[in-house]
Amino acid sequence: MSDLEDLYQELILDHSRHPRNFGHIEKPTCEAQGYNPLCGDKINLSIKIQDGVINDVKFEGSGCAISTAAASMLTEEMKGKKINEVDPIFQAFHSLVTGSDKKTDIDLGKLASMEGVKEFPMRVKCATLSWHTLKAALEKKEEIVSTE
Amino acid sequence: MKKFDPHALRREFPIFNRKIFGKPLTYLDSAASAQKPRILLESLKSFFENHYANIHRGVYLLSFEATEMYEAARNKVAQYLGTQNPKEIVFVRGATEGINLVATCFGKTFVHEGDEILISHLEHHSNIVPWQMMVEERGAHLKVIPINQNGDLDLEAYQKLLTKKTRMVAVTHVSNALGTVNPIRTLSDLAHKRGAKILVDGAQALAHAPTNVCELDCDFYVFSGHKLYGPNGIGAVYGKKELWEKLPPYQGGGDMIESVTFEKTTYAHVPQKFEAGTPNIAGAIGLGAVIDFLKTLDWESIKIHEKNMVDLILKGLAEFPQVKLIGMPTQRMGVVSFVIDAIHPHDIGTILDREGIAIRAGHHCAQPLMDFFKIPATVRASVGIYTTPEDIQTFIVGIKKVLEVFKL
Repeated sequence: MSDLEDLYQELILDHSRHPRNFGHIEKPTCEAQGYNPLCGDKINLSIKIQDGVINDVKFEGSGCAISTAAASMLTEEMKGKKINEVDPIFQAFHSLVTGSDKKTDIDLGKLASMEGVKEFPMRVKCATLSWHTLKAALEKKEEIVSTE
Repeated sequence: MKKFDPHALRREFPIFNRKIFGKPLTYLDSAASAQKPRILLESLKSFFENHYANIHRGVYLLSFEATEMYEAARNKVAQYLGTQNPKEIVFVRGATEGINLVATCFGKTFVHEGDEILISHLEHHSNIVPWQMMVEERGAHLKVIPINQNGDLDLEAYQKLLTKKTRMVAVTHVSNALGTVNPIRTLSDLAHKRGAKILVDGAQALAHAPTNVCELDCDFYVFSGHKLYGPNGIGAVYGKKELWEKLPPYQGGGDMIESVTFEKTTYAHVPQKFEAGTPNIAGAIGLGAVIDFLKTLDWESIKIHEKNMVDLILKGLAEFPQVKLIGMPTQRMGVVSFVIDAIHPHDIGTILDREGIAIRAGHHCAQPLMDFFKIPATVRASVGIYTTPEDIQTFIVGIKKVLEVFKL
């Protein structure tokens, strides 16, 4: 498979065209905004937490195929996860999309389909914007998270 | 004057020997920054190898030579802009610094509470933010000349917006995002009738045709060297002499003074008054060399050629129903902006990059303009003197590939 076909594979195109969990949770436990000033991608992530578990997570905003698909998959994969599981998964995802050698036994599920990003260093920020926003929401940061 | 041949001219630009992902470089991003002719590289090499020293005040030969070369570059810029007086040219880092300089210094002298500054909806952030900063400080107001869906200025609205409170009209000569060519002479005549001054942002325009500030009758004209096939970090502001003389200095420091005591400093004359510190000496000299080169070109043929290249892009894109052009200005120069339904410009940029095609995807530092068209970003293809029909062909094939990857 060529780099491009790998990057824009069916699963990613599908998530970018039909993003899952798109919207805003009413009365979320926490939420945050993410912004990539270079390309104008904007995302709002709202989260419902119960007993330390992410019960629901939704996102809205606009962005490229990579950032939209990454956010969509994030919401699917994070539902039902404990808050303290988020960081190791983010680390593993980050290693995956940057092509770092760090070995991990974390199962990334659908997120693994984003591995193709590693051949496109300029697009890593697209893939990680929703993750930085998720972290900011959980840490209850009020300022807009920027990739810059 | 050499007969214009884009393929021959292209050979003067060494970057085109470069392969991108194994493919020849198709460079359609000259509006962001133009590639550099060999003559620029040679002039910089020769300057650093043979003449380098700091300018002004040095009593030794090298400093004398460097000063002569720096001031000769000022002369060349003056002539290229159509003024006989090199003292009307102030070297800056680029158009952005030029506009900041004029906004700050003009504001201090001429703008008071309740006054108005007029900009247009087409402007690059660099011709918005400096004025915003200045009006906030001066208690003045920023007004915006509207545009229509084609991306042309609304001249009727402009005339209504011009009032006796208007101190400055700051407009772009050519829009960096849409390619709209503004009718500068009309704008300046109307501004002057109302007693306002006019600054023209020439960053985009100058690369597509030499200009004449006297014919435009503008009070200030700014441009960046790097978009004119010259070095980065150098640009210039033309200003009418009588206006320059009324403005306070921009930055304080060496070179901009006549004499300094702890009690009182008197300033140097224009233009040194606005060039504090050691300037970008090599940049100015390189820019001068590029202007010498540009002056040998047949610009009437280049203008026709560049228009043909833009028309080829428009014609090629018209084949794809998924492509929507952004802006259809009455008079266009150098730039085509478009979007494709359901594909974000950055994805288009990434796919084209793998084909060796460099275009720009984004808001082009013109977010208010993007808001006007209710889009976050566009894809922008822009041409230069080295653009060939083959470039456009490759680009159109690239767009086909984009649609294939996205299965559209």
